[in-house]
Amino acid sequence: MSDKPHVDEISGVETTGHEWDGIRELNNPLPRWWVWIFYATIVFSIGYAIYYPSIPLLNDFTKGVGGYSSRAELNQELDAAAAAKAGLLARLAETDVTEIPSDPELMRFAVSGGAAAYRVNCSQCHGSGAQGGFGYPNLNDDAWLWGGDLQSLYTTIAHGIRFETDDQTRYSEMPAFGRDGILDRQQIKALALYVRSLAGLDDGWVDAGETEQSFLDNCAACHGEDGKGMAMMGAPNLTDAIWLYGSETDQIIRQISEPRHGVMPAWGDRLGDVTVKQLTLYVHQLGGGE
Amino acid sequence: MALMDKHQILEKNASLLLVFSFLVVTIGGIVEIAPLFYIDNTVEKVEGVRPYSPLELKGREVYVREGCYLCHSQMIRPFRDETERYGHYSLAAESMYDHPFQWGSKRTGPDLARVGGRYSNAWHVQHLTDPQSVVPESVMPRYGFLAGQEIDPSLIAETLRTNRAVGVPYSDEMIKQAAADLAAQADPNADTSGVTGRYPKAVTGDFDGDPKRLTEMDALIAYLQMLGTLVDFEAYQADAFVR
Repeated sequence: MSDKPHVDEISGVETTGHEWDGIRELNNPLPRWWVWIFYATIVFSIGYAIYYPSIPLLNDFTKGVGGYSSRAELNQELDAAAAAKAGLLARLAETDVTEIPSDPELMRFAVSGGAAAYRVNCSQCHGSGAQGGFGYPNLNDDAWLWGGDLQSLYTTIAHGIRFETDDQTRYSEMPAFGRDGILDRQQIKALALYVRSLAGLDDGWVDAGETEQSFLDNCAACHGEDGKGMAMMGAPNLTDAIWLYGSETDQIIRQISEPRHGVMPAWGDRLGDVTVKQLTLYVHQLGGGE
Repeated sequence: MALMDKHQILEKNASLLLVFSFLVVTIGGIVEIAPLFYIDNTVEKVEGVRPYSPLELKGREVYVREGCYLCHSQMIRPFRDETERYGHYSLAAESMYDHPFQWGSKRTGPDLARVGGRYSNAWHVQHLTDPQSVVPESVMPRYGFLAGQEIDPSLIAETLRTNRAVGVPYSDEMIKQAAADLAAQADPNADTSGVTGRYPKAVTGDFDGDPKRLTEMDALIAYLQMLGTLVDFEAYQADAFVR
């Protein structure tokens, strides 16, 4: 390579000085606009690094003069959202859940908030239309295992059902009449048929008299002598057409022999009092609230 | 240009080029690797975070093996929409005992960082067995076969030891009791004081609906029921960055 840069004869532009089998590359300068934008980004990055947290140090990092942190930004957003509905939230917090329905404005706010919270937290089990499913109660109907008035619903949502880490959770356990050998197969089958007859499902089966006594001895303490259930014990009404675990004879036999017990998480600690109130009112107004 | 001319010396001398290339790579390597030696100084210590119990660890292995992280993240970012849906944003400390971490990068399904305690065990069994039966619009595959895969408890102590080798502070006692803890956590009739003493807040009981067998379904649900429940956020102070 010579000291003088080689200049291409045709275009009059300097080449890079390399040659491959007689082919040379023109060394055109970069466009000025491109070069200036490149310099501007370098200057910008210096300002950015000074303003925002940027450079990791051994034990720490530079915090930036702007005092920015993603946590602080989140808190501002949450505070702004809370401030926008502060009046209503405060009123919800101080109003007893049973008195909210008499305040139309508060009720509207609570129900729409409850609907949003329902979709996030409840729909996975109770269904997006609150229609329930096998093992998960329908919330639109009039049947309530643990009571359908506002206070009962609030307690159920806040503390859950058979949720062992909450010491105020609702709890009841039906004996496993088959597994634990309290009744034999024949007695259980007769009881299942008797329960079906209570609900008006006719199998052409006629009680010889002893099954009614067996029901009174074994079941009536919780389900009531007439089989209409008891919300205090979470014992379902056996006379209606609503069956959590199925109405077929085999399904009822299974439930008497080795009962399944539904578990619902406690939401009080997770969502807070106001959201639980909103959920209570939302569920209550779905149609079946007492 | 004088500087470019000097660079030609490097370009024309292979040995010198090798030496200088090595120098440059060394500097880059130090800049990338040296901060890792100070990682203990930069991870926030948060009360409540503990190593996984043997059953949870086994469940975590199933989670990784089945590729759950491909559709589920475990990282709630500090945005309002995420914290209102999933709960408090994730802390670095909450995955400090994860090797590897399960933050994920895609949400075909929802984030699972705080799924613990949200659903009952029976719901998890039903959902893993037939997701569409509880969430009709779900595209999740079925994992019912997990309920048929029994866990071999003889390997769990080695799993704990492996985790200890990469920095999880399992004590000798934890490793010694690993097989016993593994069985006790999923046995509704067992004395669980040992496992809950060593692993506070561990959820115990039968998970898969079959108390007689210890299956991967038990392990996976035990892991899911623990996720995000260890830190008490009423006591946690975001401003006090504790090292």
